[in-house]
Parts: sequence; C-alpha cells; structure tokens
Amino acid sequence: MWREIWLICRKDLTVERRARVTLIQIVPTVLLILVVFAFAFDANPSLLGAGAGGLFWVAVLFGTVLGAKRSFDIEAEGGNLDALRLGGLSPAAILWGKAAALAIQMAAVALCTAAGLVVLFSVTVSDWLLLVTAAVCGTAAFSICGCLYGAMTVGLRSADTLLPLLLIPVAAPVLLAGTRAFDVALGTSADQGWSWTALLAVVLVTYVAVGWAAAGPLLEDA
Amino acid sequence: MIETPEPDLRRQAQPPSMTGSVATRVLGSIGLAAAAVMAILALWISPADAVQGDAVRLMYVHVPSIWVAYGGFALTAFASMRVLWRTRGGIGGTEGVIADRQARHWDRVAGAAAELGVMFTALTLVTGSLWGKVTWGSYWQWDARLTTTVLLFVTYLGYLALRRLPTESRARARRSAVMALIAVVNLPIVHYSVDWWRTLHQEASLSLGPGGDRNYTGEMYWTLLYSWATFTVVALWIGMHRYRVLRLEELAEEAALEELLSVRRGEHSSEPSESDR
Repeated sequence: MWREIWLICRKDLTVERRARVTLIQIVPTVLLILVVFAFAFDANPSLLGAGAGGLFWVAVLFGTVLGAKRSFDIEAEGGNLDALRLGGLSPAAILWGKAAALAIQMAAVALCTAAGLVVLFSVTVSDWLLLVTAAVCGTAAFSICGCLYGAMTVGLRSADTLLPLLLIPVAAPVLLAGTRAFDVALGTSADQGWSWTALLAVVLVTYVAVGWAAAGPLLEDA
Repeated sequence: MIETPEPDLRRQAQPPSMTGSVATRVLGSIGLAAAAVMAILALWISPADAVQGDAVRLMYVHVPSIWVAYGGFALTAFASMRVLWRTRGGIGGTEGVIADRQARHWDRVAGAAAELGVMFTALTLVTGSLWGKVTWGSYWQWDARLTTTVLLFVTYLGYLALRRLPTESRARARRSAVMALIAVVNLPIVHYSVDWWRTLHQEASLSLGPGGDRNYTGEMYWTLLYSWATFTVVALWIGMHRYRVLRLEELAEEAALEELLSVRRGEHSSEPSESDR
C-alpha cells in the first residue's frame, strides 16, 4: 500500500517537474491575489497587516482549487484513471498518492505566499512553532479535501465551475481555524492559537477518515 | 440452516402514481392546523420582549427553521452512510438488486432531506436578516454565526448541484454521499460558532441539560418549543412529498429510456438483414 502511494506521488511530482504548472502558473496566481487584495484595501499597511493571516489562507485555498483541478485533469485525459486501476493499484493508494503530491506542491505554494506576505505586507512572526504547525495541518487538510473533490468531479463536463463551488465552502473550517491561529502567530491577536490549531488537526483527521472511507466509491465510479 | 424467504420483487416494484397518500393528507392537515395555532401563539399570546420588542416574534420562525435544517442535514449524512454501505458490493443477483433498491431509497431520502435543509436554512437567513435590521440596524453583519450559516447554505447548494449532474445514478449517489459526509462537519461549527467566537449573535436559544441557560422563559419558551414541533411536522410532510417526487422523476427517466430502447429495437428489426439484401 505505502509503495503504491509513493508510486503515484512520485508520478505526479515527476509530471509537475516536467510541466512546472505549480511553479509558473499557480504560484504567480497566488501572489497576484496578494497584490490584488492590496489594491482592494487601498494599500493600507495597518489593514493589510491585520488581515495577513486570513489573506494567506484565502490565497492557499485558491491555489488548492487550481492544484486539485490540475491533479485530476491529467488523469481524465486518455482514461489514465482506468489504466491505473487496471494496473492493479487500489483506489485508496491512488487517492492518497495524489493527495501527498498535492500537499507537497501546496506546501511550496504556502511557502511562496508566506514569503510574499513578509515582503509585500511587512508581517513579523511572533510564534514560529504555532505558525508552522498550523500551516502544515491546514495545507494537508486543504490538499486532502481538494483531492476528494477533484475525484468527485473528475470527468464531469461542468467540473471547472463545480469544483470551486463545492470545495471553497467545505474548506471553510480550515480557513477559519487557520486564520485565527495565524493571527496569534503573527501577533495581531491574543486568542488561543493552539486551540485553533487543535481544531485544524481535528478537521484534518476527519478528512483523513472520510478519505479512507470514500476512496473506493469515488474512484471506482470516476 | 435457516432459509430466508425470497423477497417479492414484483410487489416492491409497484410504482407510485402520485405523491399524496392518507399519511401525507393527515400530516398535512395536522401541520396546517398546528401552523394556525402557532401564528396565534406567536403573534398574540406570547408577550413582546423587554429588549427586542415585537421583533422577538421572528424568533418563532427563525430558531425552529435552523433546528429543522440541522435535522435535515443530519438525516442527509445518515442516509448517505446507508447509500455507501448498500453500494459497497456488486450489482448483480437478487441481493444486488435489493441492495441497489435500498441504496436508491436512501439516496432519495438524502436528496429530499438536503433540499429541506437548504430551504429552511434560507428561511433562517431571511428571518435573521429582517431581525437584524430591526435590532442591529442592518440586514447583515460579518458575524461568525451568520457567516458560517451562509457557508453551510452554499455547501449544500453545491451538494444539490452535484446531485443534478447528468451522470449514471449509482455513481451520482455515491459521489453525493461522500460530499454529504464531508459537508456535515460544518454543522457543529455553525452551532458552536456563538460559543467559539465573540459574536453579535446571541447564544443558543435553548440549552440542553440540567445546567443549561434559557434565553426564553414562560410563554416565550413554550411557544418556541411548539413552533419547533410545528415546523417538524410541516418539514416531514414536505419531505414525504419531495421523496415521492424524486421517485416519480426516476420512474419517468426509466420509462423514457425504455421507450427510446424500444424505438431503437423497432428500427433495428425493421432494417433489412444481410440475408434479405
């Protein structure tokens, strides 16, 4: 099982290394979101600094929508999913392999977004451990949820428009908890940062549980 | 060895011809009468609130609506679990036919319950906005409870959009079942948002348990409970009709498909065979 997951993950990362879609399309789009938000808030530094935590998660969420779509687009072409299944790979291995690859790509997106916030919005970090823990939990949760919904909409004619509609509201718990945790880590709030990170972890575990249960039904019908 | 009786598939396959039945008519009548009594209780018997004034009367619609919506979404999640459970095996043989029929049943339950949930969530949002205009001075505030409720509403709109996609019924049922199980995670977040965040929205109207506080007492409390019972009856009534409409839609689709197949077979049999040419 682990070997199969690694196989799929490596395949997706190899495809990404060759096509560089995350690097030359998703990362610039996410950075563009930061710039556009600065316009929207009239480039007010104090306002942008106060909302930096939320902006980070909004940007990563949009990046995840694009990444999840891309992750399953490459399988929809030419019936690749059927080929993987016929090759003897279990649905769970395919789903978790793709989720792992997407999580690695989204970690890179999150890193670039954080760098963008530091450069563009001059944010300072007061609790690195909280920041990194929340970022890891949230990015993993987004990636798993993105893969579940990517598998749900793969092959559908309206997948392009349906995926954001389905994914964004469902990912809202991660967005809310991640924003609160980041606000504390960036020193803009005196809330209970670790409680919010614990909530992130609970949501992550829930997505993992649903993913294990749902991999078969989703990919058998895809 | 215990022999299990052969299920009578023909009897179960009898299609309904309409959505009304004795049960729905009785339930509908009870719901109508209960709604009339509820209007009297809410508009005349129950007193105005010391702080909110007459705006408190909106609560007799607002609060039961969201309770019924929670119930609808919880039922969607339960029915979705049943769908996934019943579709975990193959589709052939008598057992497969029965499992498929049960999965379709639970899928319709999930769909009808989600539609009810969405409808009552919309009612909650509308009545909440009206109440907000009177009490807070604006139709909308970026409050945690309001925002999470809107997200819940949009989540289930997405669920209904997924259900309406033209795809094979078994695949559609399984995909939407998975989505329902993910979406239900938002329910506790909406409910506890007033405790987790500092919000404008008041705390839960009724708290369960011996130490629970009540925001409403006396006539207000009983009117609120009565309104909840009324809304539940009305929701059950609408839900039963909606379930049967979904069943009729399936039958209409199957009949249309059968007709197309018979036309195609007719065309095929009327074409001259190779030996005739």
